[in-house]
Amino acid sequence: MGQGPQDATGNPGAVEIAPGVHWIGALDPSLRTFDIILRTANGTTYNAFLIRGDAGVAVVDTVKLEFADEFFRRLESVADYSEVRVIVLNHLEPDHSGALPELMRRAPQARLYISTRATSMLKAVLKPKDSDRPFEYETVGTGDEVSLGNRTLRFLHTPFLHWPDTQCTYLVEDGVLFSGDVFGCHYCDSRLYNDRVGDFRFSFDYYYAHIMRPFKAHVMDALKLIEPLRLMMIAPTHGPILRDRPRRYVTHYRELSTSSLVDQIDNEERSLVVFYMSAYGSTARMAEAIRAGAEEEAGVRVSLYDLEGGETEPFVDLIEEANALAFGSPTINGDAVKPVWDLLSSLAVVNLKGKLGAAFGSYGWSGEAVRMIEDRMRGLKMRVPVAGLRLKLIPTDEELAECRVFGRKLAAALVGGEQGRVIDFSELG
Amino acid sequence: MAKAKITFEDINQTVNVPAGTRIIEISEKIGAGIIYGCREGDCGTCMTHVIEGWNNLTEPSVLEEKVLRENMANRHDRLACQAQILGDCKVKPA
Repeated sequence: MGQGPQDATGNPGAVEIAPGVHWIGALDPSLRTFDIILRTANGTTYNAFLIRGDAGVAVVDTVKLEFADEFFRRLESVADYSEVRVIVLNHLEPDHSGALPELMRRAPQARLYISTRATSMLKAVLKPKDSDRPFEYETVGTGDEVSLGNRTLRFLHTPFLHWPDTQCTYLVEDGVLFSGDVFGCHYCDSRLYNDRVGDFRFSFDYYYAHIMRPFKAHVMDALKLIEPLRLMMIAPTHGPILRDRPRRYVTHYRELSTSSLVDQIDNEERSLVVFYMSAYGSTARMAEAIRAGAEEEAGVRVSLYDLEGGETEPFVDLIEEANALAFGSPTINGDAVKPVWDLLSSLAVVNLKGKLGAAFGSYGWSGEAVRMIEDRMRGLKMRVPVAGLRLKLIPTDEELAECRVFGRKLAAALVGGEQGRVIDFSELG
Repeated sequence: MAKAKITFEDINQTVNVPAGTRIIEISEKIGAGIIYGCREGDCGTCMTHVIEGWNNLTEPSVLEEKVLRENMANRHDRLACQAQILGDCKVKPA
């Protein structure tokens, strides 16, 4: 377990990052996998902070339970528990709330501030027993403030970055933004500051891609609150503290959250991407006919990709930008083929809600793949407006004409041919 | 079976549903902007504002009332995972 920055006597102490503002977090250099989904080559940090005002002390965020001792030692090096008046949790995930119950026990006079969305999570994370003293807390939203006398904490409601409960806390007089997981990354370096640690850009972008990317619209909403602030420093809960040109990280978040197609595709135009795998060319011919049919509808840009010829990651990028997706798979041994599942199980990093989906494929005797793909798409919150198309073995000319109709219907649904129409429940599948 | 129409204002789409259907069963499939968490009336994530037809939904349970209160719901907000459609209504994400 890492001890992190040490004071002159070799004891881990707090680090003053601004006058009266201390880092009291913990370093976890041996971590290699975070939350199952994220890898890190040098660990991570759990950043927590202590702010001293002339009317009391605030603690912003805590650390993972295993690192509580380190956190409390750092806290004790700069404040007494009796001075703590305010505890802020920007995010209730266990890596930030792990030491919270003990902190509340040691500083029973402190009041806890969490976002309006965090109440149910607080109870679920802390799992209080009936015998416990009830948690005293206050929920706050954008613009709410807590005074520490000569210093003010102002809250920004920034939900879904990356949990419903997430918020940011702004130290008004000093221009320090305690941003929670926003602008964070899993990168462990005891030099702490962005201008002193190693090159962490890959970790920053990797973290964004896996944690924030599914919530781009929420990132944009949060940036509207963050961008007008005077920013002297951004102090996220993981990774380096951004004191050198903090605003460039805000700009970078805006770039990462803006559609890369925004200047390249006519805003009125809708995109349909057709992916397929084919064993003997039948599903491929269906895909081509579906494309031809969809292209008959004005305002739809159709692209066709053979999954055999590409890697999952760029296909995920295509899917993120597309308005509608069609997947073609033959049925082999009662299932869709693996490359289709590989792609359909790699989409947790993008937001699919509201995209249209369709499935098609040629089959030999049973043809389960199409229904299975449709179920998966519905599970991913996509809407399947046109029932899937299955053809037995080699398509005839009539069957290819059916494929063109299928493509045209899908394209029509995409350009809003259904707007205003009353859809029957049974059509939703 | 009695039918009712529910309109999702954000995507301008109306669905004809069997009475008793929960809002979430439709909003999710049709891709309306309502978001979901636990889907069992506990987290408050799927809070939905009822624009028209407030009285055409089932009464909120004591538990739903509690979750709405905890999440600082406004008047005529409901949980999409709990409210069942009894007659015509129009909703949007809260």
